[in-house]
Amino acid sequence: MRVMAQMAMVMNLDKCIGCHTCSVTCKQAWTNRQGTEYVWFNNVETRPGLGYPRGYEDQDEWRGGWIRTDNGRLKLRAGGRLNKLLTIFSNPKMPSIQDYYEPWTYDYETLLNAPAQETFPVARPQSLISGKQINIEWSANWDDDLGGSREHAAKDPMLKGIADKVKFEFEQTFMFYLPRICEHCLNPSCAASCPSGAIYKREEDGIVLVDQDKCRGWRMCVTGCPYKKVYFNHKTGKAEKCTFCYPRIEVGIPTVCAETCVGRLRYIGLMLYDADKVLEAASVEDEHDLYEAQRSVFLDPHDPAVQREAERAGIPGDWIEAAKKSPVWRLISEYKVALPLHPEYRTMPMVWYIPPLSPVVDVIKDTGFDAEDKDNLFAAIDALRIPVEYLANLFTAGDVRPVNDVLRKLAAMRSYMRDINLGRDPQASIPESVGMTEEEMYEMFRLLAIAKYSDRYVIPPAHGEQAHALEELATDCPVSGFDDEIFETSGPFGEGSGRGGVTPVAVENLKMLQQRQTADTLVAGGSKRGRVNLLNWDGRGMPKGLFPDRASAGDQAPAPGRGDTEPVDDPALLDDGQARPDNTAGADGGPR
Amino acid sequence: MSTFLWVIFPYICLAIFVVGHVWRYQYDKFGWTTRSSQLYESRLLRIGSPLFHFGMLGVVLGHFIGLVIPQSLTDRLGLSHEAYHVIALAGGIPAGIAAVVGLAILVYRRRTVGPVFSATTVNDKVMYAVLGLVIALGMWNTIAGSLLTIGGEYNYRDGVSPWFRQIFWFQPDATLMEDAPLGFQLHAFLAFLLFAMWPFTRLVHVFSAPLGYVTRPYIVYRSRDDRPGVATGTRAQKRGWERVG
Repeated sequence: MRVMAQMAMVMNLDKCIGCHTCSVTCKQAWTNRQGTEYVWFNNVETRPGLGYPRGYEDQDEWRGGWIRTDNGRLKLRAGGRLNKLLTIFSNPKMPSIQDYYEPWTYDYETLLNAPAQETFPVARPQSLISGKQINIEWSANWDDDLGGSREHAAKDPMLKGIADKVKFEFEQTFMFYLPRICEHCLNPSCAASCPSGAIYKREEDGIVLVDQDKCRGWRMCVTGCPYKKVYFNHKTGKAEKCTFCYPRIEVGIPTVCAETCVGRLRYIGLMLYDADKVLEAASVEDEHDLYEAQRSVFLDPHDPAVQREAERAGIPGDWIEAAKKSPVWRLISEYKVALPLHPEYRTMPMVWYIPPLSPVVDVIKDTGFDAEDKDNLFAAIDALRIPVEYLANLFTAGDVRPVNDVLRKLAAMRSYMRDINLGRDPQASIPESVGMTEEEMYEMFRLLAIAKYSDRYVIPPAHGEQAHALEELATDCPVSGFDDEIFETSGPFGEGSGRGGVTPVAVENLKMLQQRQTADTLVAGGSKRGRVNLLNWDGRGMPKGLFPDRASAGDQAPAPGRGDTEPVDDPALLDDGQARPDNTAGADGGPR
Repeated sequence: MSTFLWVIFPYICLAIFVVGHVWRYQYDKFGWTTRSSQLYESRLLRIGSPLFHFGMLGVVLGHFIGLVIPQSLTDRLGLSHEAYHVIALAGGIPAGIAAVVGLAILVYRRRTVGPVFSATTVNDKVMYAVLGLVIALGMWNTIAGSLLTIGGEYNYRDGVSPWFRQIFWFQPDATLMEDAPLGFQLHAFLAFLLFAMWPFTRLVHVFSAPLGYVTRPYIVYRSRDDRPGVATGTRAQKRGWERVG
């Protein structure tokens, strides 16, 4: 047994309203740079639909992930090592920018500079790739909410085999949203495809990262990833991918996408797994067994033998404690309601999904029957083959049984909790019918429906004795960034070359953020020289600087704290509660 | 003048080549990439790029045989001068044609495909001009000099090759190159110029040929702290701020 820890995520699709807040905040945080205009580390797809890039799930076309050879070994679908080296001068299966979309801006200048004329001036779209005027024909969410679905969604690769049964007539179809980030797989095929060895899996938390100094731009990872979550930065010539916001995770706060999720549908926690068993589990013969096989790789953190082995493997004690409390462990292994996305790619993905019950509920509601009645729901799950088969194509390589089980659990929870909410006697027979106890069902309800911040995110910070090396703690000398400012522009070899071209991933001191977010008091957001960062606003209190100071600024001073927690930004206030005129406190003088 | 052209200049260029690469690797690992434009355009690249690169691999191999292996060795092996030339031309001309055709496709693509053209820097253009000239002159020398023998026959293995080898034991004889035809002189001169430009262009990607991929395990695991003396993340530690211990 070789115990390793993996930072994992579960998303509850029933709660996703497709608002794209996660995508936007992620983009603002990570990919709002030249060369990454088309890059969405996080994107939200409407299903049925094509996804992003278009039709990425069709592996006969894109050749991502692993396949099992006849002798039971795993092989990269796009070809092995020699094959890769022979095709290195031009990747035979790389999506072009047209498969994503051509990013554009608008010619706003005409609006400002146009002379007085009869017709209103128009800002025409301009390609950010070629600089020429373009006709916008596709974008990241062109088929959002089933828009144009009769033309587009019908091409969804996951409709294979059930296409003739799915109707895209209004009121006869179903849909849900699928937010996607990098899967941070246990058996990542992007890393295996990288000729330079630049993509690596971190030993401590399993986050898959691209070493930007080692990447040489061979682009094999783009093909290798079946989820198409490695992108090629066309300005720097390097591969980039979702980082699981590792600088935030290292100090114990959730990823940007999770933090800003309006529906609170994301769960982050640790999974312990047996690294020696990964390859074996990924190579099981029957695709339908992959879901169970992957679950068998996970180790129960409550098992003393596992704890001992984990300690021996150098996993710190507080990490083992966090693994015990991990919501991800509960959803995947205790309640068994979370399923992996496309296990058939054999990469052992670590971002799992609770399939949505809502397509089923919606249908019952439309027929006028009680959509919270257990028997109605159970019958509908059995009768409504199409949504269930479709979900199975996504989450269990087409095996309907596990999806059915999950949906029945969600349906049971729905009707069990309704009795409690209406003050009726809870029926123990409902949890029993799906193999759960009443306590378990109630705990699952608390985790899924109440979903408190501290329950959703159990993230042990990286270790203090290593803290000086963490990106976000910023313990190095405050003037060490000074020369960066001088060489802010790029070096002589193009975008991003030279030392100056690289912007450190951390712009703010996240330790402060974490304190603010975990404090029980109402604390105003710290301001950085007049900037207001709403991205980090937790909704409590009012960010300083959002509105101009009024004479009665004292009215908005933080409410008295509970207990002994001190407002973090105190130095930003003068004695009478007014902001200091220079308004710089909290920017540089914060805890370092 | 000939001492400068055929002794001093090559050494300057080689010095820049070596020191330049060391410096660039230290200073600019992040900029060390192929700068691929496949994302913009794939169809022409799929034909042009392998044609050019495999052609160039053949050309480089041919140069190695022609320049590094002395004539005395092939003579001793019983390979006649004529037989050697037939072999050299049989290997060299297809490789050369592949490289030229590939380069032509790639340059055409670079000029006509909008996004690719706008991603082309001045640095690239100068490099392509020199590279194209070197290749054109090399083809001219092979076809006109060896195949059609325009302007008399010249055995480069008596002139250019010994001079090239002498560079590496620091005894170059400039008169060997003085006697070479103009085509060979220009080819050699521009080739050294290209060597001098090499570390400062995208050509550095030649030295990241990922041969280690054949033997390394598929999945790379790395510890967060595994680069001693360097902070985690994208930012390198600043000089003078190294950690203690």
